[in-house]
Amino acid sequence: MNWIFGNNINTDLITPGRYNITTDAKELSKIAFIEHRPEFAKTVKKGDFIIAGNNFGCGSSRETAVTALKACGIKAVIAKSFARIFYRNCIDQGLLSILAPTDNINENDKLKIDIEKQLVLNITKKKEIKAVIPPLMIKLYESSGIIPYLKKNGLGSLKKLFEI
Amino acid sequence: MGQTIAEKIFSQHVGKKVFAGEFIIAKLDLVMAHDTTCAWAIDPFYEIAKKVWDKKKIFIPFDHAFPAPNVQMAKLQAKIRKFANEQGIPITTDGVCHQIMSERFINPGNLILGADSHSPTGGGLGALTIGVGSTDATIAMATGTCWFRVPQTIRINVNGKLKKGVFSKDVILMIAKKFGPEGGNYRVLEYGGETVRNFSVPARLTLTNMSAEMGAKAAIIEPDVQTEKYLKENQRPYIFDKKLLWSDSDAVYEKVMNFDVSDLTPQIAEPPDIDRVKTVQEVEKKKIKVDQVFIGSCTNCRIEDLDVVYKMFQKNDLNPNVRTIITPASKLVFLQALAKGYIEFFTKKNAIILTPGCGPCLGRHGGVLYDNEVCVSTSNRNFTGRMGSPRALIYLASPATAAASAITGYITDPRKYL
Repeated sequence: MNWIFGNNINTDLITPGRYNITTDAKELSKIAFIEHRPEFAKTVKKGDFIIAGNNFGCGSSRETAVTALKACGIKAVIAKSFARIFYRNCIDQGLLSILAPTDNINENDKLKIDIEKQLVLNITKKKEIKAVIPPLMIKLYESSGIIPYLKKNGLGSLKKLFEI
Repeated sequence: MGQTIAEKIFSQHVGKKVFAGEFIIAKLDLVMAHDTTCAWAIDPFYEIAKKVWDKKKIFIPFDHAFPAPNVQMAKLQAKIRKFANEQGIPITTDGVCHQIMSERFINPGNLILGADSHSPTGGGLGALTIGVGSTDATIAMATGTCWFRVPQTIRINVNGKLKKGVFSKDVILMIAKKFGPEGGNYRVLEYGGETVRNFSVPARLTLTNMSAEMGAKAAIIEPDVQTEKYLKENQRPYIFDKKLLWSDSDAVYEKVMNFDVSDLTPQIAEPPDIDRVKTVQEVEKKKIKVDQVFIGSCTNCRIEDLDVVYKMFQKNDLNPNVRTIITPASKLVFLQALAKGYIEFFTKKNAIILTPGCGPCLGRHGGVLYDNEVCVSTSNRNFTGRMGSPRALIYLASPATAAASAITGYITDPRKYL
């Protein structure tokens, strides 16, 4: 299923300050959009997508916004644009945040991501949507994030990430 | 080819000339993570390192909710205390991180990483201070470096003499209206022009602070005599050098914007977005009843702000239906206010003085709002649910507008109460 959101969805809406006081990913998954869309955390399923307009993830730098969505099983956030800290946090945590036009994606459209071809495939509507997924994001998505990557390859491997 | 000040600072931290668009790994002068963002950095830190790269270059303030208002916050702070002890890093509890860093650490030309979105604040001192999440702070604490894409710069020139009752907060709200919450995304916002040159560093910090609300990666003001003055007052003598830290005349900007503020009047941002900015005069007509006034946060609670509020409250009593909360931005500001007699005065006027820190800005303690309550706040965020109930309404304005509203009990133009 696709969870459709509008423009300027800020991180206070994703993980509100009053609830955002735990380091536990499972706990964080329960507070995702707790006030903005209370049914989200209760019914979200592994493999669901978030579809949004412009400037998704603006506001606070809290990385729990990404941790919570990842812990909810969100496959990817697809938006017209992302706020910069949220986007960096997605790269670091290996959560796909995909730049693509999202106006014609509906709640029940079946989506697939073709990372190699940089496409969002709308199976239901039989449409291919051009997307942007930068090489750094792909590499860290495949490594499940920058911390597992550095743990495996050593701190010296940070430079290698930019030789893609 | 000429460089912007941001490109110059990045170049100085990479060891070669770099320009907008390049991916770099740069050396950092300081890394900051506070009583929430640091908590999320600790487990990942021990996954990749044992010791921090330089304990003298890591700054851990407890400011977002200190002293801890509940068990969960106490747990996060205990976790950070343990980490800080293991690493030999002192914890600071003297006020809002960005204010403390400006008072004590930030020097022009520095490259600083902060695990907090309002990190651009420090750019008011001519440094590049960039906000990130906890994972980037983790890697920075372990390596002393961070990866960046050198951003484009938008130059914002502000000219004209401000009228009485109009402050840097009004200027930045007017600019935010033009930019919207995404207008500065990924960019450095570089402020100049005669109005900015005439601003003291504390007034400049309000401009750079609010730049985060437009999505900016950093905000910066080239250092000058005002910077020298501020640094001297804060025991860091400095002489500015235009060649080293001013943008070259042939630097490439993505865009140059010019604003004339001669006729600007007090501005206010209506909830829940930063660009819903109107004149206070216009909003005053709606007779919006105010339940709480918050004078505080990294945006606006320096001694210069309290000077304005003090003068206004001297001539007028506070409306008993309004909870007026004043949170000095730092221990230094608190002590300055104490020395000037403000703390006793505000207390006798029935204002509520809170410990230096973020205060009620993020809705975690010390002034949480209930359904349908209205708050006039000098902070930087009026998001739904930011200060408590998602049905509360937050209006952002200058300390003068906040003080005027505390006097009347309605959102009020400050000019007749100055």
